[in-house]
Amino acid sequence: MTDTDRGTQRDRNSAFYLFSPPSNQIFLSLIFCWSCYGCCVAFYLFTQQNLPACKPVLTPEWVFMTFLFIGFIFIPVGLVTLRASHSVVEIVERYDIGCVPEPFRINKVSYIQDDSIPKNCSLSFKVPKYMKAPIYIYYQLDNYYQNHRRYVKSRSDKQLLHGQNQHGISSCQPVEVNNDRPIIPCGLIAWSLFNDTFTFIRNRAELKVNRKNIAWKSDREHKFGKNVYPFNFQNGTLIGGGKLNPRIPLSDQEDLIVWMRTSALPSFRKLYGRIEKDLDVDDVVVVHLMNNYNTYSFGGKKKLVLSTTSWLGGKNDFLGLAYVFIGSSSVTIAVVFTLLHLLSHRH
Amino acid sequence: MTRGRIRARLRLSHLYTFACTRPEATEEGPHSIEGPGYSRIVHCNQPLMHKKKPFKYRSNYISTTKYNLFTFLPKALYEQFHRVANLYFLSAAIVSVTPLSPFSAVSMIAPLVFVVGLSMAKEALEDWRRFMQDIKVNSRKVKFHKEEGVFDYKSWKKLQVGDVVKVEKDQFFPADLLLLSSSYEDGICYVETMNLDGETNLKVKRALEVTLPLDEDASFKNFTGKIKCEDPNPSLYTFIGNFEYDHEIYALDPSQILLRDSKLRNTAFVYGVVIFTGHDSKVMQNATKSPSKRSRIERKMDYIIYVLFSLLLVISLVSSIGFAVKTKFDMPDWWYLQPQNTDDYYDPRKPVLSGVTHLITALMLYGYLIPISLYVSIEVVKVLQATFINQDIQMYDEETGNPAQARTSNLNEELGQVDTILSDKTGTLTCNQMDFLKCSIAGTAYGMSSSEVELAAAQQMASDLEDQDVERSTDFRQKGKQQEIELETVVISEDEMVHKSPIKGFSFEDSRVMEGNWLNEPNADVIMLFFRILAICHTAVPELNEETGSYTYESESPDEAAFLVAAREFGFEFCKRTQSSVFVRERYSASGQTIEREFKLLNMLEFTSKRKRMTVIVRDEDGQILVLCKGADSIIFDRLSKNGRLYEEDTTRHLNEYGEAGLRTLALAYKRLGESEYSAWNNEFQEAKTTIGPDRDLMLENIAEMMERDLILVGATAVEDKLQKGVPQCIDKLAQAGLKIWVLTGDKVETAINIGYACSLLRQGMKQICITEISSDAKEVVKENILLQMTNASQMIKLERDPHAAFALIIDGKTLAYALEDDVKQQFLVLAVQCASVICCRVSPKQKALVTRLVKEGTGKTTLAIGDGANDVGMIKEADIGVGISGVEGMQAVMASDFSIAQFRFLERLLVVHGHWCYKRIAQMVCYFFYKNIAFGLTLFYFEAFAGFSGQSIYDDWYMLLFNVLLTSLPVISLGVFEQDVSSEVCLQFPAVYQQGPKNLFFDWYKILGWMGNGLYSSLIIFFLNIIIFYDQAFREEGQTASMPALGTTMFTCIIWALNCQIAFTMSHFTWIQHLFIWGSIATWYLFLFVYGRLSPSISGNAYQILVEALAPAPIYWLATLLVTIACNLPYLAHISYQRCFHPLDHHIIQEIKYYKKDVEDQRMWTRERSRARERTMIGFSARVDAKIRQLKGKLQRKQPSSEIHSPARSS
Repeated sequence: MTDTDRGTQRDRNSAFYLFSPPSNQIFLSLIFCWSCYGCCVAFYLFTQQNLPACKPVLTPEWVFMTFLFIGFIFIPVGLVTLRASHSVVEIVERYDIGCVPEPFRINKVSYIQDDSIPKNCSLSFKVPKYMKAPIYIYYQLDNYYQNHRRYVKSRSDKQLLHGQNQHGISSCQPVEVNNDRPIIPCGLIAWSLFNDTFTFIRNRAELKVNRKNIAWKSDREHKFGKNVYPFNFQNGTLIGGGKLNPRIPLSDQEDLIVWMRTSALPSFRKLYGRIEKDLDVDDVVVVHLMNNYNTYSFGGKKKLVLSTTSWLGGKNDFLGLAYVFIGSSSVTIAVVFTLLHLLSHRH
Repeated sequence: MTRGRIRARLRLSHLYTFACTRPEATEEGPHSIEGPGYSRIVHCNQPLMHKKKPFKYRSNYISTTKYNLFTFLPKALYEQFHRVANLYFLSAAIVSVTPLSPFSAVSMIAPLVFVVGLSMAKEALEDWRRFMQDIKVNSRKVKFHKEEGVFDYKSWKKLQVGDVVKVEKDQFFPADLLLLSSSYEDGICYVETMNLDGETNLKVKRALEVTLPLDEDASFKNFTGKIKCEDPNPSLYTFIGNFEYDHEIYALDPSQILLRDSKLRNTAFVYGVVIFTGHDSKVMQNATKSPSKRSRIERKMDYIIYVLFSLLLVISLVSSIGFAVKTKFDMPDWWYLQPQNTDDYYDPRKPVLSGVTHLITALMLYGYLIPISLYVSIEVVKVLQATFINQDIQMYDEETGNPAQARTSNLNEELGQVDTILSDKTGTLTCNQMDFLKCSIAGTAYGMSSSEVELAAAQQMASDLEDQDVERSTDFRQKGKQQEIELETVVISEDEMVHKSPIKGFSFEDSRVMEGNWLNEPNADVIMLFFRILAICHTAVPELNEETGSYTYESESPDEAAFLVAAREFGFEFCKRTQSSVFVRERYSASGQTIEREFKLLNMLEFTSKRKRMTVIVRDEDGQILVLCKGADSIIFDRLSKNGRLYEEDTTRHLNEYGEAGLRTLALAYKRLGESEYSAWNNEFQEAKTTIGPDRDLMLENIAEMMERDLILVGATAVEDKLQKGVPQCIDKLAQAGLKIWVLTGDKVETAINIGYACSLLRQGMKQICITEISSDAKEVVKENILLQMTNASQMIKLERDPHAAFALIIDGKTLAYALEDDVKQQFLVLAVQCASVICCRVSPKQKALVTRLVKEGTGKTTLAIGDGANDVGMIKEADIGVGISGVEGMQAVMASDFSIAQFRFLERLLVVHGHWCYKRIAQMVCYFFYKNIAFGLTLFYFEAFAGFSGQSIYDDWYMLLFNVLLTSLPVISLGVFEQDVSSEVCLQFPAVYQQGPKNLFFDWYKILGWMGNGLYSSLIIFFLNIIIFYDQAFREEGQTASMPALGTTMFTCIIWALNCQIAFTMSHFTWIQHLFIWGSIATWYLFLFVYGRLSPSISGNAYQILVEALAPAPIYWLATLLVTIACNLPYLAHISYQRCFHPLDHHIIQEIKYYKKDVEDQRMWTRERSRARERTMIGFSARVDAKIRQLKGKLQRKQPSSEIHSPARSS
């Protein structure tokens, strides 16, 4: 292969080379940067790996400053956050056991599955601290795998938005059809809708619970159809959770919408409604509830939660503590580091 | 053509004494070639016969491509899926179509297609280049016999077996040819076989006597003949065949065969018949596929991949078992999943089956631990790095126009880990150009100019002394100053020389003998004799350059040409050679006119490597018979007469000086001969010459020996085997960088030692260990002796007390053959490794490769072989990295190499700058990749545990897809492409920084495990902090609780921030590109989230409006991001701060000095750091200077006469 020619040929054919030799490169870049000399220089600097660069060096001063800075940011933020968290008043009442009458406590599952037994129950609690409206009501379920893959997948967004649609409900397995007719809303999630209900009474007067606007606005408007009505729902042999009023379109079934936002963890709270009146200290609130939902078969707990919120949301001490912890360890590092540096004289 | 005519009168073969002593081919009779292996029949001048079987041979079309249009797809795909990782991804992609997949199919297939596609595109591009090269070669033109004695051009690829071709001077042979005749009357021609064996000297080929009349185009009109010969084979030095011509059969031997890819030299034209074409030709048969090389880091990466694979398997198993257990025991209670109504996958009655199917899902889900994008990113990064190497203007050779070229991009980082350099000499360290530099005539030394070595050493010493003298005592400083002045004068004289137009091969500078001034010297007659010997005693042919009117010389060796050029410059211009005479034009004779003198050439006893001398016997115009001889000094000195030793002492001293300066020396001598004396000898000689038989050579030698006796010494010459530009400096820097340099050369021991001195690989005071074989027949005895020598040498090194003592090992090819045998080689290696420099002389290409393999496998360190010729191909292919010198004619080495550079000196930049950078870049990049994928992949696993091991991922499919493709890939690529720990200037100033590579500080298991640990830590922090923060309470003022998409998105935001900040902390060099990529990646994430959330919910699903509606208005989202980002990076930050301040590495210190601009303010400190940061070297200038300084210091302390301290320069 006679390689002189290969050598020269290399130059001539450099168009075939992805990266041609500099002579060509310069020529090419001349064309590229005909009108702009600066660009040419920049390109040259780029190919020579000589672009102006900032080269931060972690000198002891910088280290000290950085850690101190982190500390000085984090500790105040942590304190503010802690304060916000402490301003939140939260009442948690577990009712899953208390609501099963004594005789049925040995076999709670059969109790809950027996439709003939009335499921109503009541609780009462004292408000420990002044609670400013709005007070959010949550139900909390534990050991409930709403994040199980089989469960999460078993829904059809298309059907929820567009309604009667034979297609695209295959994902709803195993709850997609009943008597050869599609179920709306299909899928395990909808089928297992939570159906305990609560009414609140303070001083004999019922506290009004606002159950509107508990779901995300975008969900209501864009993910659940305004013209889609429940159909053939909970009609099968297996009845899961709650039923839906077939005359209300899905976009207004906020319970369902909230329920369909699957939770990330097996222990979760979901918004039930809002009390838009303040509760005073030592107010006694009585809750009448329908204990319909079966958590007994898998040993899940049911809790009722009343909570106010701050700008941070609910009660969340951890965030503030974590901030304070990181901040103070950062300050500690800064101090230790400076001491070490002063003790050893490297320079 | 006219030149050819002049030449045609010469029958050079008559001049040769030894080279052409081969018996005539006809004497031997034809070979009996029968049976297998000898089936080829060539019908000369009847190419049509070869159109059909059984004489249809392969065409002359050559193809070096790996693929063609049809085989590309299957072959390239096969190559791609050869990699375990790719196979894993492929199976994952196949499974992703089934419902087992936790992700959508496109998110698995797209990256795979991208990776494989990119690699295949690269393959295709490389093959395309080869294809274009083939096209070029195939379409070269050659003159062939068309018909009726008319010659015409046709392209090489159309050449057929049996064609008669005419090849002209300096053309390559298009195929393997049978030489028929040449422009010389006796049918010889000169061939340069550099491409085949790397030898630069010309070889003589000669045609059969019978075909000599075929020396004109017309004579081929009716020419026919039949060649019967061996089948195609790769042996370059053998050929067996018969030639049937005019009903007679003649035997053919290799001297009639012109091989493809060798070049016609010094001969106007030759005619030949094509025997082997294309892939049948010997050179093509020799071509071997270069082994695919993989870098150390890449090999180690495989281990890490295995580790990750095991980790993947473990967590997949854990999660499958978990799933099976959950399914069996818990799931029957989970009525909301309708457990009674499930397919096999979730069936509580078949937990084993569901466990096994889950395993597949899990393997895919946690596949993020195995970074598919790592392969893509590395490919991209390496190609870009290679571009930078190709584009580096400081490795661009302006003379030849050749840039450095990374021919394979997968060894970039290996450049940063080289431990031993094995270098060829000729063409690599030296230019193979001889410069006449000095001479010693009649005991007087002439020639003021200094060799490059002396010069560079002088400069280095001058500058070094300047540096040092601050710290030194006053009287020493004076000494230093004095020396400096001396050195400066040398430098100045050199500067003057530069202004003159340089004459190739002549750098002599001395007014005493130039311009005819020698006439005024005391020994003018001896000087004249000296010049005449130069002008007459040679085998070269003059060639008139018609433009300039001066002569150029074509000689077999470059020193001869240098002598002739020198003689011409001195006024003794060799202008003509005829059959019997040599004509010299003497310009500065006593009369002052130019006279053309004729010297009748009586006999020529030419140079062989065994004789080491050459003699001509001439009769001058006065009828005086002169014997002129030149040869190696030791040989000549042995043959001097008693009264011829007048100048011996002075000349010996000069020869030693020259040798020390790295020059090649020859001694010249003569004697006058009486007529009768001559004729008596000549009769004997002629008789011997015509003898036929095995003793002929020996007889000739003895008779020649008789003539070369009782000579009178005239003087000596010193020729500089010109070093390539910058070689000594480069070697010095490389030595400072801690690299070991071995020279493997085909040259003689003496030459190699000279070059060793010239390159500072050897220096005064270095103890040379020469391992030689004793002449003995018994192989065992020889071997035992060599073993003994090695043991003694090792013992000597062990017992050496002086910490500055340095050893050099010199070994020649024959001894090496023993030393490379299995039972000895370990000992040899141990010895060699202890020596500062190793020089292997007279080694064959195969031995070069074997030595390379020995070093590579014996020490387990990275080796780099550098060479320029085809004889280096073996070692280039064998070494971990092969570097070819481009720009010289032969491209074989470049073709076989992984990198090509135009000159040796670019090696410094290639290794110390690019190698160092690439090593660190790739090492950091790979570490970061593992970190990143572990940090991300493990969060998936943790979530699994919270989701009943069901294979649900908390992130949207699109997040996962974009994670590797868009959101974290560009910063890591910018790390891999642009990161510079220190700038290129600093790399060159502190070569010791290079040692980080060979010591593998950035990719050892501590580093890797450290990064993996960091990844584990980050994953824990990211997951659990988020889980706890978003546990179950409302995360907004409006009371909403966090659903899975909200938590997933927040977690993912934290990942993006943490990983990108991590890489920002890893980098130490930010141009706008890095800023753009890092902060841009984070911005892209938000942008993506925004746009994705805006899309219709049927596309975005749960992520619909998530940023705008749910997360952005929630302060807790931002607070969590900040907290997690800082928490993830705090330990790393503390670690690097600690390391930097209390256990800094070299580059940390330099960075800091640069940062404080101390290098500008405090020059002294900068120099001190510089000298401290270089490796303690045994070789190179610096070592030489150090040795010198030690010597001077010692002298001061002891106040002893200097003569005692000067150790003998050389032992050879």
